[in-house]
Amino acid sequence: MAAFDEMGMASGETRPLYRQVARWLEETPPELLASRRAQAEYMFRRIGITFGVYGDKDAAERLIPFDIVPRLISQAEWRKLEAGLTQRVRALNLFLTDIYGKRAIFRESIIPPELILRNPYYRPEMIGQRAPHDIWVHIGGIDIVRVDADEFYVLEDNARTPSGVSYMLENREVTMRLLPDLFARHSVAPVDDYPDQLLACLRSVAPRLNGGAATIVILTPGAFNSAYYEHSFLADKLGVELVEGRDLFVEDDQVFMRTTLGPRRVDVIYRRVDDDFLDPLVFNPASVLGVPGLVGAYLAGNVTIANAIGTGIADDKAIYCYMPELIRFYLSEEPLLKNVPTYRCREPTSLKYVMERLDQLVVKEVNGSGGYGMLVGPHASAAQREQFGAKITADPSNYIAQPTLALSTCPASFDGGVAPRHVDLRPFVLSGADGVRIVPGGLTRVALKEGSLVVNSSQGGGTKDTWIVDDPEGSA
Amino acid sequence: MLARTADNLFWLARSMERADYIARTIEATLRLEYLPKTDSEQVGEWEGALNAAGAHESFVEKHGELSEEAAIEYLTFDLANSSSIRNCLENARAAGRAVRTALTAETWTAINDAWLELKRFETKRRVSRSLDREELMRFLDYVKKASLDFDGACYRTMLRNEAYWFNRLGVFVERADNTARLLDVKYHLLLPSTETVGGPLDYFQWVAILRAVSAATAYHWVYRDRVKPWLIADLLILKPAMPRSLISCYESIDTALDALARDDGRSGLAQRQARAMHAKLERSSMTEIFQGGLHEFITEFIEDNARLSTTISDQYLFN
Repeated sequence: MAAFDEMGMASGETRPLYRQVARWLEETPPELLASRRAQAEYMFRRIGITFGVYGDKDAAERLIPFDIVPRLISQAEWRKLEAGLTQRVRALNLFLTDIYGKRAIFRESIIPPELILRNPYYRPEMIGQRAPHDIWVHIGGIDIVRVDADEFYVLEDNARTPSGVSYMLENREVTMRLLPDLFARHSVAPVDDYPDQLLACLRSVAPRLNGGAATIVILTPGAFNSAYYEHSFLADKLGVELVEGRDLFVEDDQVFMRTTLGPRRVDVIYRRVDDDFLDPLVFNPASVLGVPGLVGAYLAGNVTIANAIGTGIADDKAIYCYMPELIRFYLSEEPLLKNVPTYRCREPTSLKYVMERLDQLVVKEVNGSGGYGMLVGPHASAAQREQFGAKITADPSNYIAQPTLALSTCPASFDGGVAPRHVDLRPFVLSGADGVRIVPGGLTRVALKEGSLVVNSSQGGGTKDTWIVDDPEGSA
Repeated sequence: MLARTADNLFWLARSMERADYIARTIEATLRLEYLPKTDSEQVGEWEGALNAAGAHESFVEKHGELSEEAAIEYLTFDLANSSSIRNCLENARAAGRAVRTALTAETWTAINDAWLELKRFETKRRVSRSLDREELMRFLDYVKKASLDFDGACYRTMLRNEAYWFNRLGVFVERADNTARLLDVKYHLLLPSTETVGGPLDYFQWVAILRAVSAATAYHWVYRDRVKPWLIADLLILKPAMPRSLISCYESIDTALDALARDDGRSGLAQRQARAMHAKLERSSMTEIFQGGLHEFITEFIEDNARLSTTISDQYLFN
């Protein structure tokens, strides 16, 4: 199964889009590439130290490797992606409005009701509730892979608190500094207005009419959270307060933060805290990360929480496989982006099919994330497959399986030269009362280990800058 | 600004300032060791150092017996001493991390670098069990430099907004406390009557006091005279030009509180208390202070200064 290389490395025929990058890779002496790599690492370490928060030893561990070769996507390709992403997130919002509201979907037997109603991420507290403006997923991270020149697949919908956008922005800063000539030879769509777009999106859903004067905060679990760097980065870029649960309190169903000037009313909370920890009165009573009474204030319509409570159901892998049907049902449109064919082990025929082909499939835990709790069949040993097979048989409905896609590759730069590595893409989709915004680009994650398909940073993945560039001349 | 942020900025600055002061106190005490004296006198110096660091009581509780080694350990790396240099730097970084967005990159780097260096010293210490005298001096030098870096980064890079003023308040409330504690421990040496009885040992004691607040050179520039104890007291209490004097600290505290009041349009008890203390220092003369009792004056100052710290917390809702 030969993977599609986005530059055309394997075929020896460079795709027109990558002409300049190929020339640059060819013309740049290996020593210079090596020094660029070292510079990039140094810059990230500086950022890690100035923003971040980890010590010497920790910083080295936490530093997510960055590959200097940019990943290119043409405007034409991007327009297709953009339309597909917009469609997808609109459907997710309609789906959430429906399952917490009228539940029209159950009448059509498109999706087994118990799959939703018994799902741990379905929040009974939200039944009968509408999210302000019917927007649930304000910030969505939709993971995309491609397998050839034309086909993009959605791998996962992240509808809770997707992270990584700080890397998208930092990667761009670093490439612009390190590769100014290569950058200048392309017309790259800018991403640096993401913080402004996010701010506009959050303002648009403020409960009081004075959206312009709305007080917005970012709620973090605290300095010891692994994504704290991103939380403080965003607060800094947005110019809003980074609060912890203890900085907020609720009175008369209104949320206030404790400031040096006394209590100040809060209108929109961009939370990076999971549902479970938001409000000890409603969810996990032991949580100290949340704010007692927050859910009450939300239900009273006095504060907007982004993303809304209860979106976890929409990024559940068991729901994912119904997305094409959901798009058709809610939008009466054909899905623009494909879903990876998915076998639900809860269905006996699928289970049988999966168990017979463990050596060919990728099997994932329905609620797993970060590349944990999964089996990459073709790369696993017989013993690993047997062990995993037993887990599936014990609890089939907790697993889904997908064919191993031949993820596309992009050139990556190493000490030994330039070599293709598998990539995916996480664009960030913002939904506000005034529509959907997508900054042209996203976070490209790259599996730096040769042959590896796992791009998660916890599993040795790295990142690349993603350039949305003008269509090459002479292409349709 | 979030009250928690203001609280962290205030205590971050206090911790960095305190680490510097403790390093200087240890240095000054070590110098006194080179003077000929009996063992009990020697140990007495460390009792003074612990007192000046406000750590004597808790030391006695933990160790009982006083020795130089135990005192140095307690003041530098001991986890059990809330004011050990190690804990000061650790607390400063934890506070800085929690309010990362309120700090400039330079300020954060200064705090983080100090902490990283601390970790290196701690590792070295684990390997060789303790630091030898030379390594200890290097450690103290580094602590003083870390505090300078931090202070310089704040001064040079921070916007003059509430974040900066809470930082300044922390620095000067802590500094006033430190200078006053040092005076409190050594006050008996500074009374005018000691001039006649003062032998060479006393002379070096006086110089040690000046060193602890990095004022040995400043003294000569100000008085152009040999070291006289009552002039030391004058320098550290009433000379506005001396950056660690009580009056200079209160001038800065006043400025910071006024700036806060101007920015948010509210003046409260903290402003009134600080102004009253500043005015009292301006009106005082050393003759009066000695007449009323140096010890009484300083004890009262330490209490008033602590009260102001509480008032600031209350007024700006830290608690």
